[in-house]
Amino acid sequence: MLTKRSKLVVKRKMSLTERLYLPAIFNGLKITFSHLFKRTATIKYPEQTRPVSPIYRGMHVLKRDEAGAERCTACGLCAVACPAEAITMVAEERKPEETHLYREEKYAATYEIDMLRCIFCGLCEEACPKEAIFLTDRLIPSTYDRDSYVFGKDILVESIEAPVDVTKRQTPEVLEFKKDKKHYHNRTFNDAIKKSGLSAHK
Amino acid sequence: MPKVTIDDISIEVPEGTTILEAARMIGGDIVPPAMCYYSHLQGTGGYCRTCIVQVTQGSEKDPRPMPKPVASCRTTVMDGMVVKNTTSPELLEARAGVVEFLLINHPLDCPVCDQAGECHLQDLGYDHGKLETRSEFPRREFEPIDIGPHIKLHMNRCILCYRCVKVADQLTDGRCHGVISRGEASEISTYIEQAIDNDFSGNMIDVCPVGALTDRTFRFKSRVWYTKPVDAHRDCPTCSGKVRLWFQGDDVIRVTSRKDEYGEVTTGPEGNPEWICNTCRFDTKSVHDWEIEGPSHIQRQSVISANHYESLKALKVTTERMYDANPHGTKVDLGEGALDPNNESK
Repeated sequence: MLTKRSKLVVKRKMSLTERLYLPAIFNGLKITFSHLFKRTATIKYPEQTRPVSPIYRGMHVLKRDEAGAERCTACGLCAVACPAEAITMVAEERKPEETHLYREEKYAATYEIDMLRCIFCGLCEEACPKEAIFLTDRLIPSTYDRDSYVFGKDILVESIEAPVDVTKRQTPEVLEFKKDKKHYHNRTFNDAIKKSGLSAHK
Repeated sequence: MPKVTIDDISIEVPEGTTILEAARMIGGDIVPPAMCYYSHLQGTGGYCRTCIVQVTQGSEKDPRPMPKPVASCRTTVMDGMVVKNTTSPELLEARAGVVEFLLINHPLDCPVCDQAGECHLQDLGYDHGKLETRSEFPRREFEPIDIGPHIKLHMNRCILCYRCVKVADQLTDGRCHGVISRGEASEISTYIEQAIDNDFSGNMIDVCPVGALTDRTFRFKSRVWYTKPVDAHRDCPTCSGKVRLWFQGDDVIRVTSRKDEYGEVTTGPEGNPEWICNTCRFDTKSVHDWEIEGPSHIQRQSVISANHYESLKALKVTTERMYDANPHGTKVDLGEGALDPNNESK
């Protein structure tokens, strides 16, 4: 005997009520039907969604700046910070006619996150010097094959028509944590700091 | 031989040695940083002032301290000289001021810059700089210029250390690269943006302490910490042929000269600096052109040391299995310390 919880099988003769089986069946059905009147533990996703924390870390978004140009400059700091090595990118030089598309001289020609590798730790967001990548409260849609979990720029970059709101994540605590990130290139971020009443300067 | 004491460490050095060279002979943390001094180039030093040290005793005969911090790259030692570098808080503050001055015009475009990760100004800024600038003036702005087919000049990032000018002066024949204008307006330039067409002009990329002169063939290809440095050589008729290859997967995406712990080109067996020619640097990027010696030595403090292994370190189980697979062969002995990934031995 390895544990004291094991029971010896006793083959005793069953009583009459036990041999009838019906009381036991009704007992079981009573439990089954009682659940019809209890509160359900599940929700009808995606029609219904559960409330999430404001700093929930879900699917990433690559933000654009106020003029609609991509902020990401393919510096690779998110990829080097990523503990799961989920991020890969290839950089390219911006052409003179592309200044409205990309904010910096260099941009990410491809930017891929393997959502099966990603552990949603948010270190990429923390490492990003350009305030380009953010985690959002969106969930990763399920698919049937592994390849479609590698999200490219077509999914990650926000569209100009429907920008993704990440201000909810910038709680005063988060801004306090990021207070050293106060680059002039992210004016909206600095405005958020001012609004929250925190000082941007030490 | 004069005896000099730097940060309470004494050393006897030959006559005419500079304080910086004496500190480098001692080595370690007490070596002042240098942005413009380059030991292999004559006449460098004295421009950037990052190597300033405090001399608390001028010499044995005249023990008065020097009134101001002095540039250690240009000041020769005297017998009985006492120098303070890291042990002097005032000096570190003065150096932080120098760093602030260097960063007045230097843009914060490290995420874009190809030099990031091996940039001396980045290291210096991290070690001594403050988190913010007090300058309220706009930075100088220039358009990037192509100097010939291989070199890109970002004048924005230049700190006017004059190292590349000395390379053009001393390594290449026919001077066509220099500094135009004066003072705050001075900028590195070539004669009417003339292409530099010389076998050794690529070395100005290596001597540039910042990302002002970068390799166009490597431009935005990768970040340095994702590439794997490997020492290799080839039979080159014009130069030493001893280089460092930077691999991305199986491809050589960049060739540079080998650098020592002070970021300077390594010295060859005859005491000559191992400059490399443009053919080696820009035109031979096939693995088959090179004889690979092994992984380069990268200092642990460098970001490039992430995922960089310098010796094969197999577990004991693995070596036993290798023996089991081939019992008639010799048992593989990987040597002592072969299991430590942070082993810095070459």
